[in-house]
Amino acid sequence: MPDPATRPVTNPLRVNVDLNLCQAYAQCCYAAPRHFRIDGREALFYDPAPSAEARADIERARISCPVQAIRVEDPGL
Amino acid sequence: MRAAGFDGPLTILGDEPYRPYDRPPLSKHVLTGHLPADVTQLPSSLGDGVAWRLGVAATGLDRDRRIVRLADGGTLSYDALLIASGTRARPWVHDDEGRLPGVFSIRGRDDAAALRTALAAGPRHVAVIGAGFIGCEVAAVCRDLGLPVSLIDPSPSPLSRVIGRTVGDPIGEVHRSRGVDLRMNCEADRLEASDGRFSGVLLKDGTRIAADIAVVALGAVRNTEWLEGSGLSADAGGVDCDEHGFVIDGRGRPDPFIAAAGDVARFPHPLYGGRRVALEHWGHAVAQAEHVGRLLAGEDRGLPYAAVPNFWSTQGDMVVKSVGLTEGADAVAIVHGDPKERRFVAVYGRAGRCIAAVAVDSARWLPAYSRLIETAAPFPPDAPALDRPRKSLDIRDPGFA
Repeated sequence: MPDPATRPVTNPLRVNVDLNLCQAYAQCCYAAPRHFRIDGREALFYDPAPSAEARADIERARISCPVQAIRVEDPGL
Repeated sequence: MRAAGFDGPLTILGDEPYRPYDRPPLSKHVLTGHLPADVTQLPSSLGDGVAWRLGVAATGLDRDRRIVRLADGGTLSYDALLIASGTRARPWVHDDEGRLPGVFSIRGRDDAAALRTALAAGPRHVAVIGAGFIGCEVAAVCRDLGLPVSLIDPSPSPLSRVIGRTVGDPIGEVHRSRGVDLRMNCEADRLEASDGRFSGVLLKDGTRIAADIAVVALGAVRNTEWLEGSGLSADAGGVDCDEHGFVIDGRGRPDPFIAAAGDVARFPHPLYGGRRVALEHWGHAVAQAEHVGRLLAGEDRGLPYAAVPNFWSTQGDMVVKSVGLTEGADAVAIVHGDPKERRFVAVYGRAGRCIAAVAVDSARWLPAYSRLIETAAPFPPDAPALDRPRKSLDIRDPGFA
């Protein structure tokens, strides 16, 4: 069995949102509607491993967050 | 440590075969099937600039020789050591019952993936044992999946050991209205088997709940066994640290080469009169790791670690957030909104000071309360923190149980 820790990850982007900080202003949902969603009043659901094509949308979401809760790892940049 | 300028060799040792991943989705969107377990791997600026030793547990610590003993028989020497061995799910009290097919707990990625597979197979009934945060989240997931579920706990309402019954009751009502079979004031006694598989929970009162899946959600125990014989002050409640985060030995002397952070670190919190606490919070693990990382990199000690504890829990589409620590609260008041509308903030007081706040679907109000807690502001808090006249506040017993 290949070492799971070193296997290539299909989608290179990694997104993590600090949900302690998140206040559901939902700007990410406008910037990247296919990767961020609010359920109910303020339950954020997001894609932690978006495809490379989503790079521009994800970056817009990261920048537009009023509480700067979105962290992105992008080895392609 | 890297951010603080340390550019020497770093080794990260872990008993799991994975690089660090995000645990909160494991009890939520991984179980609903929205996310596969393996996409939870966290962003990291470390990349390949560290030596990863994964899938190897630490089994011992020799502070005189400054080595960590490993499960594969090897050793690892250190100049500085961070203890971040975390916790594991508290197992069911009877080992043989806990090993039955159909019995699950959630701590790691593999646990969540296994439970997801079992839930996706369409069980007839799920029994969740323990109505803490993980138990409530799993019960909510079951309802999202349309599965019948019982939530079993000896407390009078969900979460009431942490947030008290006054706030736990309305949260319990939310779960009940979503179709969860709430079995409060009920203690699970045995996990029964039929044909070698889990088949139901026998309660202490003799009631039997037939189920084909059990989720044991009884909290966590801290991984400190490997520190036995190291001379450090450690037990099932954590490894003791001084106010900066350096671990202390049995006589209270700090070891300047070893710090601890995260769930396993029990440290005196300045906000709570120096009471020793070990916090199992996502944000705490991040903040305390940054703090001790700077220390281990050689920065000046500065002020003791004093971040205000905070956490969130997503239960279905309801968000419960908290700042501060409710333990020891002698009063609670709803200061915003209305529990009947599933949207409110409750502030907890102790001896006339604000010590904690819990928000349900009211995240935007919480930072204001965080400041009141940080400064030990008088309880009940003054306007303009309130959305109602102060004299109309209904101050109640938190009802811990």
